[in-house]
Amino acid sequence: MYIIVVGGGKVGYYLAKELVESPEGHEVLVIEKDGAKCERIVEELGDIALRGDGCEAATMEVAGFGRADMVIAVTGDDEDNLVSCQVAKVRFNVPRTIARINNPKNKEIFRRLGIDTTISATAAILAQIEQELPTHPLIPLLSLSGGLEIVGLKVPSSSAVVGKRINELLLPHQSLIALVIDREGTPRVPGPETVIQAEDEIVAVTRTENQDTMRAALTASSTGPGASR
Amino acid sequence: MGCGRVGAALATMLSRDGHEVTVLDTNADSFRRLPPEFTGRRQVGNGIDQDVLARIGVGEADAFIAVTQGDNRNVMATQMAKHLFGVSRALCRIYDPIREQIYRELGLETISPTLMGARLLKETLYGKPGEAQKAAT
Repeated sequence: MYIIVVGGGKVGYYLAKELVESPEGHEVLVIEKDGAKCERIVEELGDIALRGDGCEAATMEVAGFGRADMVIAVTGDDEDNLVSCQVAKVRFNVPRTIARINNPKNKEIFRRLGIDTTISATAAILAQIEQELPTHPLIPLLSLSGGLEIVGLKVPSSSAVVGKRINELLLPHQSLIALVIDREGTPRVPGPETVIQAEDEIVAVTRTENQDTMRAALTASSTGPGASR
Repeated sequence: MGCGRVGAALATMLSRDGHEVTVLDTNADSFRRLPPEFTGRRQVGNGIDQDVLARIGVGEADAFIAVTQGDNRNVMATQMAKHLFGVSRALCRIYDPIREQIYRELGLETISPTLMGARLLKETLYGKPGEAQKAAT
């Protein structure tokens, strides 16, 4: 494949390096405005850099956009990446365009304007944070003797346990729900027939090693990705 | 969008014509170019950020005109005004004549001062010296 990378900064450099070294043996060209960056690419990766503006039709002509299979625009500016990909599509009929975006909200407008794929480091990091810091954490309240723990948790409205009776819940070994505080703030000691409501605060006892399972049991949605975990 | 010489002059003219005008620029210092008679709003913000466009009320505008120094910024903001906020008149200055042609074909109302300026200079050069002087005064 002939792949054109617009932007020879850090992202563009390492992207080109990986593409050049890949076993598929792609033909790669990097377009970069800055002369020093171009020189570095040529020194390290070979004669695969073109100095110029990747949004300028004349430069794009020289770079051979007309025969490119893919254009990847990874400059630091969303507007430059947009125009590079749009001109590649409209003027040079490049079949596949990928744009890096800084503002994750630009995903929608880029899609509407015909860019095939957008990649946002911001969005990727946000997704990772959400995965690592669950929005409905199980809060350890008190350690008891013998490896038991009192924990607190708010039941999200998306949870599969909403509307279920306590005796229907599948809780980990040596775990029980000790207290339910409803949305109005009224505490109740639950019985087997007590029905869990959305946004209930639950105080439970569980084993230290079972905390993750306990959290999953009370927060996983019936359809969401957490259900299978 | 863009309170440079052209942006400030245009905003002043439109304001004088009785239109409700908002000027947007990333730098509050640029508003010094607006004369005291300018009665419109001055807003600081980045015109290629859709939250900023929403905040300044682009959705209610009848026309959006982008005249920053960056062709690509103008192109992106104008397309956002048109496609995300449904502004019916979306005008945009593009220095690069080739890019200007491409985006005109894509439905933006575009102006390339580069070709216009060159043409004017050529006409002045070829015209009778008296006429050129008349045009300048």
